[in-house]
Amino acid sequence: MAGCACTGEKVDSPQDLQLMDLLGHYRGYDGSLIPVLQGVQEIYGYLPAEVLEKVSQELKIPFSKVFGVVTFYAQFHLKPRGRNIIRVCLGTACHVLGNAKVFDRLKDILGVDNGGTTDDLRFTLESVACIGACGLAPCIMINDDTHGRLTVDGLEDILAQYA
Amino acid sequence: MPNVTLTVDGTQVTVPKGTTVVEAAWKAGAFVPTLCHDPELSKPGACRICVVEVKGARNLVASCVTEAVEGMEVQTSTPAVIEARKTILELMLDNHPEDCLTCHQAGDCKLQDYAYFYNVKPGAFGGESHQYELEDDNLFIVRNMNKCILCGKCLRACEEKQGRAVIDFAYRGFKTKVTTALDQPLADSVCVSCGSCVAVCPTGALTEKAMLGKARKWEIEKIRTTCPFCGVGCNLDLNVKGGKILGATSNPASPTNGRDLCVKGRFGIDYVHSPKRLTKPLIKKNGAFVESSWDEALDLVATKLGEIKNKFGSDAIAALSSARCTNEDNYVMQKFVRAGIGTNNVDHCART
Amino acid sequence: MSISKEMRSDIEERYKRNLERPRIVVGLGTCGIAAGGNKVMDAIKAEVAKKGLDVDVDFTSCIGMCFAEPVVEMALPGRASVVYGGVGPENVVQLIESHMVQKTPVAEQAQIQILGGAEAYEGIPAMEKSEYYEQQVRSVTWRLGRTNPERIEDYIATGGYEGIQKALTMDRIAIIDEIKKSGLRGRGGGGFPTGTKWQFVHDAVGDKKYIVCNADEGDPGAFMDRSVLEGDPHAVLEGMMIAAYAIGADEGVIYCRAEYPLAIRRLNMAIKVAEEMGIMGENIMGSGFNFKVRIKAGAGAFVCGEETALLNSIEGQRGMPRVRPPFPAHKGLWQKPTCLNNVETFANVPNIIRKGGDWFSSMGTEKSKGSKVFCITGKINHTGLCEVPMGMTLRDLVYNIAGGIKDGKKFKAVQSGGPSGGCLPTEKLDLSIDYESLGQAGAIMGSGGLVFMDEDSCMLDIAKYFLNFTQMESCGKCTPCREGTKRMLETLERICEGNGVPEDIDNLERLAKVIKTSALCALGQTAPNPVLTTLKYFRDEYEAHINEKRCPAGVCPELLNYTILADKCIGCGVCIKACPTGAISGEKKAVHVIDPTKCVKCGACVPKCKFDAIAKA
Repeated sequence: MAGCACTGEKVDSPQDLQLMDLLGHYRGYDGSLIPVLQGVQEIYGYLPAEVLEKVSQELKIPFSKVFGVVTFYAQFHLKPRGRNIIRVCLGTACHVLGNAKVFDRLKDILGVDNGGTTDDLRFTLESVACIGACGLAPCIMINDDTHGRLTVDGLEDILAQYA
Repeated sequence: MPNVTLTVDGTQVTVPKGTTVVEAAWKAGAFVPTLCHDPELSKPGACRICVVEVKGARNLVASCVTEAVEGMEVQTSTPAVIEARKTILELMLDNHPEDCLTCHQAGDCKLQDYAYFYNVKPGAFGGESHQYELEDDNLFIVRNMNKCILCGKCLRACEEKQGRAVIDFAYRGFKTKVTTALDQPLADSVCVSCGSCVAVCPTGALTEKAMLGKARKWEIEKIRTTCPFCGVGCNLDLNVKGGKILGATSNPASPTNGRDLCVKGRFGIDYVHSPKRLTKPLIKKNGAFVESSWDEALDLVATKLGEIKNKFGSDAIAALSSARCTNEDNYVMQKFVRAGIGTNNVDHCART
Repeated sequence: MSISKEMRSDIEERYKRNLERPRIVVGLGTCGIAAGGNKVMDAIKAEVAKKGLDVDVDFTSCIGMCFAEPVVEMALPGRASVVYGGVGPENVVQLIESHMVQKTPVAEQAQIQILGGAEAYEGIPAMEKSEYYEQQVRSVTWRLGRTNPERIEDYIATGGYEGIQKALTMDRIAIIDEIKKSGLRGRGGGGFPTGTKWQFVHDAVGDKKYIVCNADEGDPGAFMDRSVLEGDPHAVLEGMMIAAYAIGADEGVIYCRAEYPLAIRRLNMAIKVAEEMGIMGENIMGSGFNFKVRIKAGAGAFVCGEETALLNSIEGQRGMPRVRPPFPAHKGLWQKPTCLNNVETFANVPNIIRKGGDWFSSMGTEKSKGSKVFCITGKINHTGLCEVPMGMTLRDLVYNIAGGIKDGKKFKAVQSGGPSGGCLPTEKLDLSIDYESLGQAGAIMGSGGLVFMDEDSCMLDIAKYFLNFTQMESCGKCTPCREGTKRMLETLERICEGNGVPEDIDNLERLAKVIKTSALCALGQTAPNPVLTTLKYFRDEYEAHINEKRCPAGVCPELLNYTILADKCIGCGVCIKACPTGAISGEKKAVHVIDPTKCVKCGACVPKCKFDAIAKA
């Protein structure tokens, strides 16, 4: 972790530079915690504890409150995540049309459970309440792409599109 | 301030505008239970045990966060209200250990009192309950989060009274828990162990470590005294059983400090019974301290001081007293130095 | 700066000219993209380039026919434009050749044609006469699938920003009165009269006021707001501006769930271009009115759709609801008077101001005016987005617009209003769709998600599903919701696993009643609705699960038994291979048997059997 540039401490990674930009952009704005956390997660892929502590100091928000916010929202992650995030929709329509089987098959293929990340950090598998593409049920989202009308057999081909 | 008049269970009551319904109900003599409510803290309206019926309202109303208004008609014990309170208590008990027999808080626990009053038994719905590990890493405070009903008074006291915000709600829904940042042990957090959280906890979730297992709540005699640690003069209640001080608790009625105490006042009273305490004077003889009588010690001091004064003058002597001593002791000390020795060289540790 | 008459007519002229050119338009809403719309787009561009055709290739948002995605529209000058459904990259070449080159539409693949005064083709239903659209109105949704949402010119050319232009010449109270006259009520679920809410905020004392757009659409089975944001972002912005002007706010926030990246992107584009054109910002259209808006992306918490939780979330806190009163109209964002409305509500506003409150209130029922957008999903033939006048019956919606239940099965129930709503049975099919009727039946209008179920759906499974959702999304602040929904869910799970006891029904009812009456926020207060309505209308199913340990719909695995029918089994062995637990045995050409102690009731064998020899009961 690098310190603030004004203290003249050594800055050693591009991520830390991005972090300083982010904090500089939001410092002093009310209600900036969630966008800052979203930015941190964008930069690091997850929310490293020491970065959270720095966010708490810079935004002058008690660390316990930062942690409270982080753990409240499903989007935030305290552990490293895969390059590609698979979100299996557990919405009503998907449920009715059998997305549980799709979920099980994905767990099999990837060898991880719900919330797990593959050892090569290629995929993280998650469930999501509803991605709002019910007309295409059953569906999953990989990163920002929605894949609809899935069949268990077609999953491997879809995964192959993501390095 | 203008007043408003409302009826509570048919009784008219007049209260200043801005008063909450629960306070008005209490004034009217009605029994309304509260758990998350605290007159000194902000009002989340979270536990819902204080619900009452208000004429015209669609649902039951949390009386601790509803302002009393002119002409309001409040019912505090209709069947719907009682059913809601009982159910809420059942829900709390279903996620709470059934160990009132050995719980330190028994006898001074609001959850227990209300369960008794409403004849609520545990196990109404069953199901999963929290299985958190006991947190006893802190020197003075034991946290048993299985007994926590998430009223949030501890974290509000920490933030609003102490300005610390060491703890907050973390996680969500059924998994909600009061934690430090990163859910670390209290000992590793920025907690200064003031114990304000313990003072406001309505259940046995937060307890004073030193007193655990030492006495049932009803065996404890509380003796009001002034904290000896510094010059602020906080009041505290010594918790005494069988002539022995077990610990100290704060008392909301204290004029100086209310329920606030620092770590020393709340948890430092154990020195009274410390075996390391000096109870007799010691005189160094042949390089080692040897117990002596008060007469011998005082004679020695008087002689030596007299010799110094004669030989070097009064200003060769200075006295330092302790801020932990009472005003009276310190008065006597300076009087002795000024009138007895004849110098103004007197000071004490908390002057600056 | 403002949109001058000349500028507007210029834009309209160009827009019209473009419509007269040969065009291919691909539906690229989230649903279209998910169905492969981008690949279709690439294929079309490649083919047009290859053939060297003088054809404009453009995109639009979702026209609402999710069942037909990817959707591609093809138009020739002077002729109706034809909307094709189920277009894949593989049949692009043929479609272009036939429609654009040979000028012969492919009737088999055409869903509808849009006339717009041009000459119609034979054998393709006109949009207004098609099964899906005949009973619909297109009021809020009319630009969806018709214009390019990323081009402000398309918006302006179709009457866009006329509402704010008109509003800026009106008295603030006159605007609020117009909204009141329209009878518009909150489209996010609450149904609170919008004009009255605006009046509260207008009257509230405060040095600063805010407009907040609730775009945290989180109900499973609902995507109205996403479709509107993706398809007509400027309409939402314009609605917010009109509201801001009326109540005296100069700042707005759109709280949009992060799961809608395309909606956020299009909103950002819309804000940027509107600011560049001086439609938004300082001294708008020379009126002295200032307005800026920013987007806050949600972080994944359904409860943030609750207005006070949403405000806490904007302020950077845990999304836990606040106690009301004080209502946001008095103490909202940063404790300032705040007007909170949902996406669809704001999107209705420009039309109401342009066309007048009377125009809007001419649609709908006595107390529920105007139209409502619904997302119809589940076991129906036409899943998608539709807009209907308030007061239409559920029956018309199911059997006309939705095209009936899939595979010719029987309608069993519809869940209206998502997890906060209720399950309505066949007897309620003639219910009018309006706030009051749905509420009286134990459901709610909600934000507009309608999930249809057929005879194969287990009502306990559905209730359990919704309760699981609300339980997972409960913020944990108040006891009844945090602990109560958990216990209700556990009870339902027990019943579905065959371990229910008769007292469970009483316990469910008592918990439901207490949570409904004493929970802190609307999420908790409505969470028991799916259980209460299924208990009310499908109590026999609960009793069958509890007393007979039977799931009448054949859904709850623990209560199912798979058996092989001796008269149908030919002993081919396919099911043996399909069984993951080795529970099926039998010699070749002899009747196979399922060992119930090994069977995990996964059902994998059933679709593999070509002879329908495996029965579940």
